[in-house]
Amino acid sequence: MRAGIAILTVVAFASVPLWLRDPYLMNALITTGIFIIGAMSLNLLLGFTGQLSLGHIAFFGIGAYVSALTSLGFDAGFPFGLRIVHEPWPPIVGFVLAIIIAGFCGYLVGLLSFRVRGAYFVIVTISFAEVVRLVALNWVELTQGPLALTNIPSITIGLPGLGDLTLRTKLQNYYLVLAVAVIAYLLISRLVHSHFGRAMRGLMENETLAVSVGIDVTKTLTLAAVISAGIAGAAGSLYAHYIRIIDPEVFAFINTVTMVIMVITGGKGSLAGPVVGGMIFGLLPVFLRPIMAPEAQWIAYGGVLIVILFALPRGIVPSLAQRFAKRRSRPETVAPVAFSKCDAKEHA
Amino acid sequence: MAAPATALKVEQVAVRFGGLVALSDMNFTVGEGEIVSLIGPNGAGKTTAFNVVTGFLDPTHGAVSFRGTPLNGLKPHQIADLGLIRTFQRTSVFPNDTVYDNFLVGLHRQGRVSLLEAILGLPRARSSQRRLRERARELVEWVGLERRAHDLAGSLSYGEQRLVGVALALAAEPSMLLLDEPVSGMNASETHTFVELIRSIRDRGVTILLVEHDMPMVMSVSDRIVVLNYGRIIAEGSPDVIRNDPAVIEAYLGQGAKRA
Repeated sequence: MRAGIAILTVVAFASVPLWLRDPYLMNALITTGIFIIGAMSLNLLLGFTGQLSLGHIAFFGIGAYVSALTSLGFDAGFPFGLRIVHEPWPPIVGFVLAIIIAGFCGYLVGLLSFRVRGAYFVIVTISFAEVVRLVALNWVELTQGPLALTNIPSITIGLPGLGDLTLRTKLQNYYLVLAVAVIAYLLISRLVHSHFGRAMRGLMENETLAVSVGIDVTKTLTLAAVISAGIAGAAGSLYAHYIRIIDPEVFAFINTVTMVIMVITGGKGSLAGPVVGGMIFGLLPVFLRPIMAPEAQWIAYGGVLIVILFALPRGIVPSLAQRFAKRRSRPETVAPVAFSKCDAKEHA
Repeated sequence: MAAPATALKVEQVAVRFGGLVALSDMNFTVGEGEIVSLIGPNGAGKTTAFNVVTGFLDPTHGAVSFRGTPLNGLKPHQIADLGLIRTFQRTSVFPNDTVYDNFLVGLHRQGRVSLLEAILGLPRARSSQRRLRERARELVEWVGLERRAHDLAGSLSYGEQRLVGVALALAAEPSMLLLDEPVSGMNASETHTFVELIRSIRDRGVTILLVEHDMPMVMSVSDRIVVLNYGRIIAEGSPDVIRNDPAVIEAYLGQGAKRA
């Protein structure tokens, strides 16, 4: 049944451009989709290992910059007197490099901080995002600093038999984002249902016990960080080639917070959670814009967040799933459980 | 009794927390297939000894080896990989997972496939998954919790959780099992069932080291007993020897007691 819902959802999303012609709404859907991919990657860490990455936008931004610089080319000085002149490469190579380099940064951050977890990880990730933002702002030779990288080319994909296709229109980008989102979803789903995913859950719930059955903490958590950062990097790359201009503002803390809100309201630890939470908070500004001033929108945002968490504290998807499951299995729970040895103990 | 091959060897192990001496100069061995109990009054250092053997605590001094492999400096999961698996006094299950899923996590050591195989769902990964699910179902049956297989482990009664904890350790296919106070909080009949369980585990060829307070249980199940008090071994031998050892009687009951 779950697979059925997933397929229906993908079909529904795929059919949207057939009836939706409004370019403003299409734009909102594309950026929302990109942020949903980011939120899914955050959920892999937050929901399945319990580690809160409050600098997650760093991996997203690194992906965006790597991809942009790869496809734009650069001529910049590096430490030790190195000077690298890079000729532009196709954006699709940038997309791949974005994943690899963001993933590598995830590896470094994970390795540094997973020896001490919890609050330390939160602080390390916040600091990491801030450092990366400062680098992007001040390494003007490479990143143009606040002047932004502009004219980033759109992604071109080679289609067999059709030649190269450059994705310039909103329609094309919409399907590109949808495709990447589906791949990211499947990847995360496979991962969390494999023994790697069970190791992550085990560590989150009872670390000493998990370790005692042979689960390697550092390896498991670092792996989650690498994959999470890599997916965030892919989302950043999509963002760079769609918006076609990026500046250091991409690293703003509010962008991480947006992803965290998407994950928490949708339901952390649930695969569909970030999609549901992402659709709500990604599209809310679209619906609020005609009726509210931007300042009031933030208040409405907060209001919606509070209402959702008050009514469904574990997030929308897990809470609804639980309610649904309860309704179906009510007769069973009423059936008497066999008198267990342990009831006897209580009377002893 | 013919001396079996040595499974676990603890040599001159000492643990100090600052000025507090938790263990001093501890030496003992456990032979293959033996059931050895580590007993002693509260605070005698039993759990500390356990933590040293399983790598959760580094000894200040001394060495531990398992089947000839030195354990010094190994992380707990690496020691688990050698087949030395422990259970815990309190936190014995993954509370927010179902009983069935608990066993799947416990089967971690058996389920290793490469990341790529897992993500692409290659045949080897899928057949490994099938095997694990089969094995997890067997474990559910083994603990007799078929009806509650899909309830959260945290919702089970205390005794049931202990049982799941032991089955979890068995899921990791130990060659030696360390049980930390497995029957504390159980009544007499539960304890009796548990003793049968321990024997059946041993009959599968698993060596067992037990920390326990329940004297009748220890006496009935152990091949040998090691008695700790104030971080030192004060006696070692068969249950009959220990029962009549004046030092042990004194440690437990104080001077002047006639009966243990």
